[in-house]
Amino acid sequence: MQKFSAFELFKQGLNGQAGWKPQWRSPEPKAAYDAVIIGGGGHGLGAAYYLAKQHGMRNIAVLEKGWLGGGNTGRNTTIIRSNYLFDESAGLYDHSVKLWEGLSQELNYNVMFSQRGVMMLAHTVHDVQVFKRHVHANRANGVDNEWLSPEEAKAYCPPLNISDNMRYPVLGAALQRRGGTARHDAVAWGYARAADDLGVDIIENCEVTGIRRNAAGAVEAVETTKGLIRTPKIGVSAAGHTSVVLGMAGVRLPLESYPLQALVSEPIKPVFPCVVMSNTIHAYISQSDKGELVIGAGTDIYTSYTQRGGLHISQHTLEAICELFPAFRRMRMLRNWGGIVDVTPDRSPIVAKTPVPGLYVNCGWGTGGFKATPGAAHTLAWTIAKDEPHPINAPFTIERFRDGHLIDEAAAAAVAH
Amino acid sequence: MLLITCPHCGPRPELEFVHGGEAHIARPTQPEALNAEEWTEYLYMRANPKGLHAERWRHLHGCARFFNALRDTTTDQFVVTYKTGEARPDLKGPAA
Repeated sequence: MQKFSAFELFKQGLNGQAGWKPQWRSPEPKAAYDAVIIGGGGHGLGAAYYLAKQHGMRNIAVLEKGWLGGGNTGRNTTIIRSNYLFDESAGLYDHSVKLWEGLSQELNYNVMFSQRGVMMLAHTVHDVQVFKRHVHANRANGVDNEWLSPEEAKAYCPPLNISDNMRYPVLGAALQRRGGTARHDAVAWGYARAADDLGVDIIENCEVTGIRRNAAGAVEAVETTKGLIRTPKIGVSAAGHTSVVLGMAGVRLPLESYPLQALVSEPIKPVFPCVVMSNTIHAYISQSDKGELVIGAGTDIYTSYTQRGGLHISQHTLEAICELFPAFRRMRMLRNWGGIVDVTPDRSPIVAKTPVPGLYVNCGWGTGGFKATPGAAHTLAWTIAKDEPHPINAPFTIERFRDGHLIDEAAAAAVAH
Repeated sequence: MLLITCPHCGPRPELEFVHGGEAHIARPTQPEALNAEEWTEYLYMRANPKGLHAERWRHLHGCARFFNALRDTTTDQFVVTYKTGEARPDLKGPAA
């Protein structure tokens, strides 16, 4: 692998930067692999990387029906945080934040992880009580989170409007300073480059059309648009399409797929120092390093696979943004798009074995999967390699819905995740 | 914004409606007879199809009544809407 460094950049500069090679190969699929990952987003590519790096499984492939990171990895608003209420969630999401903190070094790829702080606004007495409960629960779990008065919130984020003339005035905020953003494309590319270097075959434009099982019920092959690929282990990281993929193996899941929209403004000079989330009035905003305001909305109300949603959802979000940040009222929006998110009844993910031997699933991240990319990838790889979950993802099974052990972040906060 | 035809009121904008999830999931007539797997199936497991989806809608800001719809989740096109209690229309794919 061609290492990236300041010296390498200088050296290539002497040659007009013409010496750079493609960052990963584009191989044709082999007839058989030791394991196949379905889904070439950050989660799937990361799982392949950790399988190769930490579990010595080098004869593996990642199958992607489109292009790398073209699904939800490239469609989210890049917010990273771990201030979840329950112990199980704090364990999983904070595992991710810790991996994020070393990821650029580990991959030799600048994922632009920026711990600029994630501030969640409280607008009602209920919000205040819920967020303070979160602050205490997080601290008990070793996750940083602190309560700010409206004035302290404005000091941390000067564009914020804390006037009491708003329909939903800011009554305070919970701030996780270790939270922040990262560059989403770089995460997929960094994992792809590092996995490829370890021998992983990354196969784009290769859609899985079927999963074959042997007489014992275990998986034995995947049917794809590039032919049959035999494998004893399949890991699925297909986000919104997980129900479709697992349906090929006869597995039903507690998932529904919804469109989630985001939009960006025209780029402007640095004006917004952190991430601000307002779950109550559905507005999530940060500024990318390119200068665009990156804005997230709530999901549309109906299930869909269209990767687009209704304009009124974005409009609703922009109304909230304009009230919270009056300075942005004359900004023009550049693009808006949708991704398909797979939502579980308790708004917590599933990273687990399935009832089918050799079939493993990483799904149900709903509206907040990007933040979990390294942790989901790491624990999925562990689960695939050892055929049993890592202690961190052990609670996130499919069977929790049968056994009543929900990790009910939905009820805990009544907010987006 | 979707234009949704309420079987009682006719075509109205999506803002008047709420989505009610997958249709034709009957509440168990003998709840005490169900085991954990059957409860899981009833409460949580969903078809989530890519294609025709039978789903409930409620015309909340109109007649406030529930009804059912067949919608193609790859295009969001409503194929047909029908009243609660009627059987799912026998359609294989989206019309035209």
